[in-house]
Amino acid sequence: MANKLINQMGLPPSLSHVFSARNILTAKDALSLPETDLMALLDIDIALARSAMASISEATCPPFQTGLALLEEKMKSGGHLSTLLPGLDIALCGGIPFGALTELVGPSGIGKSQFCLKLALLAALPECYGGLNGRVIYIDTESKFSSRRMIEIGEGSFPQIFRLQGLAQKMAGRIIVTRPTSISEFNDSLQQMKLTLLQNEVKLLIVDSIAALVSWDNEKGTISSRQSPLRGSLSFLKSISEFSRVPVVVTNQVRSHSSDDTFHYIFQGHRKDTSNSERSESHLTAALGIQWAHAVTIRLIFEAHSGHRFIKVAKSPISSPVAFPFVVESSGITLLNQEGISVAGSEINAIRCQGCNILTQ
Amino acid sequence: MEISNLPISPSIRSKLLSKGYTSLSSLSSISPSFLAQELSVKLEEAVEVLRAVSDTTTSKSAHTPNGIIPGAVTAWDMLSEEQMQRHISTGCEDLDAILGGGIHCKEVTEVGGVPGIGKTQLGIQLAVNVQIPVEYGGLGGKAVYIDTEGSFMAERAYQIAEGCIYDILDKFPSNSREFLSCKERLQVNNFLAGIFYFRICSYTEQIAVINYLENFLTEHGDVKLVIIDSVTFHFRQDFDDLAQRTRVLGGLSLRLMKLSKMFNLAVVLLNQVTTKFTDGSFQLTLALGDSWSHSCTNRIILHWNGNERCAYIEKSPSVPSASAPYLVTGKGIRGINSNFKRARIM
Repeated sequence: MANKLINQMGLPPSLSHVFSARNILTAKDALSLPETDLMALLDIDIALARSAMASISEATCPPFQTGLALLEEKMKSGGHLSTLLPGLDIALCGGIPFGALTELVGPSGIGKSQFCLKLALLAALPECYGGLNGRVIYIDTESKFSSRRMIEIGEGSFPQIFRLQGLAQKMAGRIIVTRPTSISEFNDSLQQMKLTLLQNEVKLLIVDSIAALVSWDNEKGTISSRQSPLRGSLSFLKSISEFSRVPVVVTNQVRSHSSDDTFHYIFQGHRKDTSNSERSESHLTAALGIQWAHAVTIRLIFEAHSGHRFIKVAKSPISSPVAFPFVVESSGITLLNQEGISVAGSEINAIRCQGCNILTQ
Repeated sequence: MEISNLPISPSIRSKLLSKGYTSLSSLSSISPSFLAQELSVKLEEAVEVLRAVSDTTTSKSAHTPNGIIPGAVTAWDMLSEEQMQRHISTGCEDLDAILGGGIHCKEVTEVGGVPGIGKTQLGIQLAVNVQIPVEYGGLGGKAVYIDTEGSFMAERAYQIAEGCIYDILDKFPSNSREFLSCKERLQVNNFLAGIFYFRICSYTEQIAVINYLENFLTEHGDVKLVIIDSVTFHFRQDFDDLAQRTRVLGGLSLRLMKLSKMFNLAVVLLNQVTTKFTDGSFQLTLALGDSWSHSCTNRIILHWNGNERCAYIEKSPSVPSASAPYLVTGKGIRGINSNFKRARIM
């Protein structure tokens, strides 16, 4: 909508000629200027500038829907990809939601890619088995996709399907793996994604992992420059997921706390000293910073402590903060406790990795 | 030179200056046809120029009922108007109390906090609470929800509306005739139908929708709340020129302030956080910079206080800074002292 051309908006011809003469071709160019700048640039008086802005705004503004219409639309088209982990599905009100960005974050080796493999399989399955019967695009930046492991998960979870002749090949044939080697390649494939998603009935998009893309380009960068490579792709990813109503699952890495990490506002005074010292020893934090944390819709934290691994629903508009203990088996991830443990307070955002390091045992 | 401040196009302005008309008084007694001939412009353009001149001069010297400045009202009149204002309840009694009743109409309130603290929850709760009928203490108005991040979930709005209706019926169990008619209006579907949802995918669309709101609000006169969730997202992503960003944001906030006063509604802007280096260390602060922090009338920061969620009023012209704890429950935003029997704590 931002790139809508002014000469197609139905403005009076004299006005649209003036716009194109000054090289203001799209709505984005026109609306980024204050009214007085526009008046000066186009050499028209203020009333005309105002009415031009009003017409351009009306043409660029997306149509509205009522909350009721939104709900009915969701009911009709289904809204979730069931993960087949009952506790998690109940917590997320059905599963991974369509049209939103779900983030999996956790230390390395904890099971994020295993979870992604299972999700890819689930989306490819026919609807009678609870799948979405569609294609899956798997963007693999760390070369973690193992088709052998995926078939193993399939045979473990759905033995009756996978024993059927040729079905394994058909399922695996629906999963498209791409391995971009730079951010620009990633951005290019995203641009083409919009059409691909609609034309080829893609039902799930997985990016494993997005933090790796950023770390290639900028190893020593500060937080602010680490944001810039992903800026354009982030909102694009969100918008394509919404327009095509597909779930987008993104994996993120962790980094250790640095003394620059803050949790307090100016008005909260100097309490941060005591809490920071105990945190920095055993706590990790998600990579990509706070701007990324705001941008994702659902955040699932994978962590390990007290001898178990947990999946925590840390950020979600419709769920309460709960943690589920899990194990990784041959058939993928299985929850040990379907009810989940309620986690109070800001604990839900902590990422711990105790007992993971064999060298310290 | 006063001519340079007239809202006319630059080429006409330069013609005026080159012909020696430097002040408004020099134009006050000229006929349009003479001016058109002098400047060699069309008659309509000369009429426009003179009209701009007369607008400027009359607004300076007109006599008004107050005798001083046109368009101004006395503080006493404003007081009686403010006392009649209803406020939008947030769902948490403590928070309503420190806000002086709730979110004020005719003001722009900014709410910011870390991810996951409940900003969108508060936004949806306000969009539901504004629709509470007047007989039950609400405003009986509709809401416009401008979503820039895609965090609005219709199922959650359904839950919150259900919870709100349940609590109202609980609080007002009276079955008298006047309540019966509005009881029928207390349906979840009505509440959902009263939220006008715009999904914005770029900052251009964000500017466009705020410009378009004036027409929209004239058509839908019963809207009493405009929520933008969040105002920051696109401005952090796509802007390279920070100076231009500040100017655009300034224009946006002025327009929103004008809308709130013109249509007597509340504007709530949800903001994200960022870190800022002050006093020798990094501190959390709301995004979009220092200039933006002046644009809003009120500012509320949602934060973690140990294991509790708290709302802190950082800036308000009418109430003192104070903090109130709140909960996010299955029914929406509630206070700590709400009846625990029915609230499933989140």
